[in-house]
Amino acid sequence: MNVSFFSAQGLATGAFLMIIGITVLGALIAVGARNIFHNVLGLALSLIGVAGLFLYLNSPFVALMEILIYVGAICIAICFAIMLSQPLYLPGPPRSFLKRLGALLGAGAVLAFLALLTLKTQWVAAAERSKDWSITTIGHYLLTNYVLIFEVISLLLLVAMLGSIVNARNGRGS
Amino acid sequence: MLIFNQLETYLFIALVLFGIGLYGVLSRRNLIAVLISVELLLNAASINFMAFNRFLAPHPAVGQVIALFIMAVAAAEAAIALSIIMAVYRKLKSINAEQATELRG
Repeated sequence: MNVSFFSAQGLATGAFLMIIGITVLGALIAVGARNIFHNVLGLALSLIGVAGLFLYLNSPFVALMEILIYVGAICIAICFAIMLSQPLYLPGPPRSFLKRLGALLGAGAVLAFLALLTLKTQWVAAAERSKDWSITTIGHYLLTNYVLIFEVISLLLLVAMLGSIVNARNGRGS
Repeated sequence: MLIFNQLETYLFIALVLFGIGLYGVLSRRNLIAVLISVELLLNAASINFMAFNRFLAPHPAVGQVIALFIMAVAAAEAAIALSIIMAVYRKLKSINAEQATELRG
């Protein structure tokens, strides 16, 4: 493949590689760093990378929602939970090498299986594909075909909100 | 064929994220770190949905709808998990998964 770096395609490829780098680096920080606060920052970095991937997949709306919900809400909520729980200056117990090795082997086995599955499968595209990517269509789907799931998820969010308030208030007196 | 126009690229990125997240779930003992790893797993799943939606699916809005559902459920799950973690910390003064053994027989 001979694409000049300064053509539009070359720039797009460079940006794509950078986004992959951000995603994987963020995930590594999120799992590998010892300080729990660095873990959250790594998660935010990784999620921003995932939002970039969604941009490349023709879905700017989902990319914006990813940043809004994950980076803006979930990461901030985790930051609050960190501040309200164990102080950061207390050292954690040392990690046992054997358990980490077991985790590495388990995760590696699943990874190898899935990689083999991905490589061996012949992916076939649907015969007839509509070209309709717009937000309007997403809205139509949400309120016609998927309206039951939509309502159940709103109920789930309500129950989760009430449950977490009750759960977090318990033991504080009235 | 450009690298960002191939299904396999996205599948492998999702695979790497899934592997890292799974390692985190298995090896970390801080409950908040486990929650962070679970978020990585969910993101790998939604990348897969979006990639199949972009390259294979007959209606390209369905995968986006499902990715939105995953985000909503992840938000609910994070809220519940964080409140449980705070309750555990208040009870045990620790958020280490190996010290939360009150239910052991």
